[in-house]
Amino acid sequence: MANTELKAKDYKSGIKPVWCAGCGDFGVLSAITKALAGLKIAPHDTAVISGIGCSSRIPAYVNTYGFHGVHGRALPIATGLKISRPDLTVLVTGGDGDGFSIGGNHFMQACRRNVDITYIVMDNQVYGMTKGQASPTTDADWDRSKLTPHGTNINPFYPLVVALASGANFIARASSSNPGGAAEVISEGINHPGFSFIQILSPCVTFRPEQREWKKFVRPAPIDATTDPTTAARRLMTDDNFYLGVLYKGDRASFQPDFEENPASEENLEEEFKL
Amino acid sequence: MNTPSENGTPKPSSLSIALVGSGGSGVMTAGSLLLEAAGRAGLYGIMTRASGPQIRGGEGAALLRLSTRPVFCHSGHFDLLLAIDWLNADRFAGEIPLDEKSYLAGDDKIPDYFVQTGANIRDISFKQLSTQAPGLRPNMIALGLIGAAIGLPMEELEAVSTKLISKKGEDAVRASLAGLLLGASHTSLLDGIKQIGKNLDPRTENPPDLWNISGNEAAGLGAIRGGIRFVAAYPITPATEVLEWLAPSLERIGGVLVQAEDELASVNQLIGASFGGTPSLTATSGPGLALMTESIGLAVASETPIVVVNVMRGGPSTGIPTKSEQSDLNIAIYGLHGDAPHLVVAPLSVGDCLFTTQWAVHLAETLQTAAIVLSDQSMGQARSVIPQPANISFPTKRFIQSEAVENYQRYKTGGSGVSAMALPGLAGCQYTADGLEHNPRGTPSSRAEDHAQQLDKRHNKLVQHDYGEHWAQIEGEGEIAVITWGSSLAPVQEALHTLAKEGINIRLIAPRLLLPVQPERMAVALAGVETALVVEQSHGAQFFHYLRAFYAPQCELQSMALPGAVPIRPDDILKTIQKLREQK
Ligand SMILES: Cc1ncc(C[n+]2csc(CCOP(=O)(O)OP(=O)(O)O)c2C)c(N)n1
Ligand code: SF4
Repeated sequence: MANTELKAKDYKSGIKPVWCAGCGDFGVLSAITKALAGLKIAPHDTAVISGIGCSSRIPAYVNTYGFHGVHGRALPIATGLKISRPDLTVLVTGGDGDGFSIGGNHFMQACRRNVDITYIVMDNQVYGMTKGQASPTTDADWDRSKLTPHGTNINPFYPLVVALASGANFIARASSSNPGGAAEVISEGINHPGFSFIQILSPCVTFRPEQREWKKFVRPAPIDATTDPTTAARRLMTDDNFYLGVLYKGDRASFQPDFEENPASEENLEEEFKL
Repeated sequence: MNTPSENGTPKPSSLSIALVGSGGSGVMTAGSLLLEAAGRAGLYGIMTRASGPQIRGGEGAALLRLSTRPVFCHSGHFDLLLAIDWLNADRFAGEIPLDEKSYLAGDDKIPDYFVQTGANIRDISFKQLSTQAPGLRPNMIALGLIGAAIGLPMEELEAVSTKLISKKGEDAVRASLAGLLLGASHTSLLDGIKQIGKNLDPRTENPPDLWNISGNEAAGLGAIRGGIRFVAAYPITPATEVLEWLAPSLERIGGVLVQAEDELASVNQLIGASFGGTPSLTATSGPGLALMTESIGLAVASETPIVVVNVMRGGPSTGIPTKSEQSDLNIAIYGLHGDAPHLVVAPLSVGDCLFTTQWAVHLAETLQTAAIVLSDQSMGQARSVIPQPANISFPTKRFIQSEAVENYQRYKTGGSGVSAMALPGLAGCQYTADGLEHNPRGTPSSRAEDHAQQLDKRHNKLVQHDYGEHWAQIEGEGEIAVITWGSSLAPVQEALHTLAKEGINIRLIAPRLLLPVQPERMAVALAGVETALVVEQSHGAQFFHYLRAFYAPQCELQSMALPGAVPIRPDDILKTIQKLREQK
């Protein structure tokens, strides 16, 4: 990581986001750039990986390397990249649909695998990009989508609880209404070894206009991050989804296989076939 | 040209042996040792396995064919069927064709089906013999009997057995050698086989160096020779051995294999690793390829090189996982959504799995796209003794942006269509690789001009590349041609060899490069041909329809398409060609 004297705005690409005015994702973009500038991580040593969705557009808006993949598969791309290029800082950004529905299994497996990447999910409890369908984090009685006019009638998914149960090494919640606070959490997540999962409450002002109220509900968690999974489980199971801050910090070592060049040449590999 | 690795023509004079037995009888071990010993004695050979539906330990058959010339497929006649026991052995009837010239050796509980073939029955109970002394194993007795009957030097049988069994201790080695000798003492039972064995004198003036390798191992070695250092995969029959070989081998040379949660993950892990600059590959089979297709399209659109080795099995759906078929051609060619030009190559033999996989890595890296290697179960899981494959090296070098430039354009158009790829870490060339349509800079764009330009770029870089003589194996002359691909080549070659001995010349065309299509080269290859027989192992005649769609040949095309489960045999092809010649 080269030291740089860059400001947060230098981490923006200058491409104008496609987002609706007032979308929470603007706050997340600025939190990410603030965090990178604060950590003095050079843009060229950073890669931001995403899937598909409004929130997944972020890689194009930052001045780092980026990969905008297919829907739901950002975590595997980031896993392959980080394992083969441990020198890079790898962030994954996306939505709740991308991460918990179509990509749900990768989410669990990424928590388990514990590769040293930071996963930021902009949770708006809706599919923004496809114009307002229910997502895994949508409440069961939300009936404003044409696809589920009577509500989904299925329980929402609790990503932080699942992250803990699956082995994530760092679990936090932030809000797009406070980019400074979110930036601090992101910095901490990047610095923490292993898989860091950060849920950022990021309102979809177009399809969930009531989420504009979220900024009134969010508040810092009353106690510091725990390192004890049992305590963390109790906290995450009982919280009202509006406590912000770092909620759990584990001490598992990152998964990083060894890429050391070994002296055994390719010729040696052929020996076993010779008669 | 010839397959770089194996350019001998198979000679039909050979010996086919099947060893059957129930779970735990050790027929696979005996078969492998027989192949290894025969290879050490200078013989060529192939061994395939057939087994019952049990996950582990059910009845099994080791099917071997040994020859003084390279041999790549089974024949329509087995000389010897030897049974440790006959439990459920009739399950393999279709795979072990016998006739009055064949020999059956085993205890007296021979299933009716085998008796009715008219084969010569030789009564010997390996289990009974094994009770003569402690530690004797029926399979080693059987191995001693076959080895001695076909004239293999006893020291080779002893050497391969000792190598395998030494870790079980001296007593076990001693017992196994005693078993070999006990079996060998019964060779008078198989005098008929001895006669055939006499034709199998391997001594030639300059014996080539031989390898004992499976197609799946060869594909793994080809991957490493091509420069692959990252593999992510999800296990699936019949591709798993590619991964089992690669995992420790990569570790030895400084690469990594990651077992991913599914094929959606494995293909995307490749894309991530390759985006970071590491050549990456996975191996899978039909169901896995189906899951990967969306992201193979991502590799194409984002111009990230990846290689997918697809070892075909019977389909559709779960199909017949343990049996071969060439029925994933359609999904490999047409399976990606949108206009997604990519590479599809197919090895032509066990040894060619090495060359073709290595070539696929070279092409994918050079052309910055996705390559699918269509191997199949019959090559992948066949163990073969072959001449040591040539060590070919390609000038593989991904076109990398080496220094910072103003306004770096990752998807710059023009020229060969291949544009310089910046790797993360290079200051000043940050870009976002994208599956969304983009402009040359990589910025998402839905403008018609950008779309047309990038479609052209991705198409042109593939069609403008010179694939050279590797595109196909072409042999012989004649007004009749056989066009075939993959593992169907072996029985075709053998049939054509038989015809050539009768003075009948047939042209043979077997493309190794299936996409992008090479219509001009095919037209040259087909010049003067009036009728071409298209031989393939698929029910839907996928290859036949592919040829009709892309090559519009001037000659008449006839289809010989057989579905999988049993391999296509040289005799089937001979009969079809004879009929075709009569029609003319
Ligand atoms: C395989 C596939 N299925 C469906 C889609 C359509 N699609 C695009 S984005 C999206 C949902 C996005 O929701 P979310 O991840 O929550 O992100 P948001 O737009 O709310 O930020 C869907 C269903 C797709 N692109 N690919
Ligand atoms: S649709 Fe919703 S999530 Fe998408 S940009 Fe607009 S406000 Fe943001």
